[in-house]
Amino acid sequence: MTAINSRSSVAAVARAATFRGTSLRLPRPGPLLAVLFLLFLVVAVVDPSLLTRYQPLAINPAHSLEPPSFTHWFGTDPSGRDIFARVVYGAAPSLSIGVAATALALVLAITLGLIGGLGGRFVDGVVSRVLEVLFAFPALLLALLFVTIFGASVTSLIVSVGLGSAPGYARMVRGQVIAVKSAPYIKASRVLGHSRARILRQSILPNAMRPLLVLGTLGIGQSIVWASSLSFLGLGAAPPAPEWGAMLAAGRDFISSAWWAELFPGAVIVLVTLATTSLGRYVQRRLEGRDAGT
Amino acid sequence: MTALATAAVGFEDDLDSEFTARADSGPRARWRRIGRDLGNGILVLWGAATLTFFAVNAMPGNPAVAMAGGAGSHPSKALIAAVTREYGFDKPLIVQYFTYLSQVVQGHLGFSASQKEQVTTVISQSIWPTITLTLTALALAWLIAIASCLITVRRRRVVSSLGSGLEVFAASLPQYWLGIVLLEVFAFTLGWIPATGGTGIIGLILPALTLAIPLGGFLSQVTRDEFEAALEQPFVVSARARGMSDRAVRLRHALRHAILPGLSLSGWALGALISGAVIVETLFSRNGLGGILLVGVSQQDMPLTVGVTLIVALTYVIAGLVVDALYLLVDPRLRAR
Repeated sequence: MTAINSRSSVAAVARAATFRGTSLRLPRPGPLLAVLFLLFLVVAVVDPSLLTRYQPLAINPAHSLEPPSFTHWFGTDPSGRDIFARVVYGAAPSLSIGVAATALALVLAITLGLIGGLGGRFVDGVVSRVLEVLFAFPALLLALLFVTIFGASVTSLIVSVGLGSAPGYARMVRGQVIAVKSAPYIKASRVLGHSRARILRQSILPNAMRPLLVLGTLGIGQSIVWASSLSFLGLGAAPPAPEWGAMLAAGRDFISSAWWAELFPGAVIVLVTLATTSLGRYVQRRLEGRDAGT
Repeated sequence: MTALATAAVGFEDDLDSEFTARADSGPRARWRRIGRDLGNGILVLWGAATLTFFAVNAMPGNPAVAMAGGAGSHPSKALIAAVTREYGFDKPLIVQYFTYLSQVVQGHLGFSASQKEQVTTVISQSIWPTITLTLTALALAWLIAIASCLITVRRRRVVSSLGSGLEVFAASLPQYWLGIVLLEVFAFTLGWIPATGGTGIIGLILPALTLAIPLGGFLSQVTRDEFEAALEQPFVVSARARGMSDRAVRLRHALRHAILPGLSLSGWALGALISGAVIVETLFSRNGLGGILLVGVSQQDMPLTVGVTLIVALTYVIAGLVVDALYLLVDPRLRAR
């Protein structure tokens, strides 16, 4: 009965969609642009020399702080290095920091969330309190302490950003696991005599993790912003490296005379976040079966 | 805003469970709830203090040297030995921890070596600029979120898309970069606002906007989803059927529902704003807790760092309680019981 109902409502939704003349098949401009931009970044990561003929570390004092032009699209920095080349070559370190930090956060979150969600009352209580403490703890302080203890490096940056964003995901995983745990198909699986490990692997994990796919996408952009904030405070990649946050920190001193040294690296970070966010939300809406229009 | 998107979803889960928890609440259950919240709050404060204590002690370098003026000032051996004895750095760490903890419980946050003053004095001097900044930013962020939702949700397609697009854009802006761009445009190019040192409201505008715009974009996204859902509820249809105007439906019915998820995020957002304040205060050369925190960590000033952490955690706890109270105000369903 319910199956028939849901099928007819799907049909109704489909009818309504065609009736309003909104085609769900045509790609929306937002997600399409996002995909194009991300493809551009993939090329920048795989082979940056395809996109620019300049080297990111090549100093040319004669062309110091030149405004954007046809030869130097994004202008040059105080040492005469081409900023476009630095942005392109910076894609690999900056993006890998974002991806690695998100991956670390997700692994931590899944572990904690599963322990909390599947453990008994006491275990769940302990995990929830730990998450609560981590939440109240200012994320920036966590990063500051971590970097001071282990020294400023890309690894510290990844670990501190990953640690800082793990509690948010962990809360969500825990909620999902608890919701999935009592679903009818888990009971069915138990009745069929499946082992606990098999139920965990085949039923609980895939169902509890699905929303994480989208969240992970959203999280990459946020992690990059985060990591670049720390680089900006001097806690991340060392200055000559073409990492976006470090470029911003370096450009800050020339903001009045050379806005381009500050504007372009920042704009790229914003674009990455925009692209991952709009793509993540698009997928989220599609998965939830809502109209992906807005 | 940092890691906002991740935080949101966790909170929405909490929201659901809190609704169900409140559904069967009598006066006794409410007292139990308040007791549990208080216990939780104390636990959070203790956890934050403990974590910071051990982290600061794990930093490389001798805290006694840092206290005696730092390695740069070449303190004499006798001075270092005296400081070590006076502050008990020669005792095992766990003894130091319990000594410190018992002082904190009695309300003594200790002496800040880097500021040459009591931690309570240092904090009380720098807390107000930060509170003003973060509360102004939170208010502005809500203003942005509510305005954007009221104006653009379920309007003509162009307007709706523009609204949600701008929200995503605002939420993607890194604070420090936004701050620099705002400074460049409004202070250096247009010259409307002094870049630094502006006192009063004028000096507050740019830093508060820097914090508020990304948070506003984020709150707005959360509110928009809920607003859209609320406008499809039966009570909206019935209100419209009674002949209520569109504006009244939005203001009196949909908005109340729409702000709930954002409201439950606000307590956490306040904590996150303090993290943001570290960056913004550095950028705009403002006095405040952010700068103090940076000094505390870089100078290995354990009492100062733990003190600031405790204040931030306390803000988080209090904000959570305030949010609970606001819930009662916004959602009459909870008052009825």
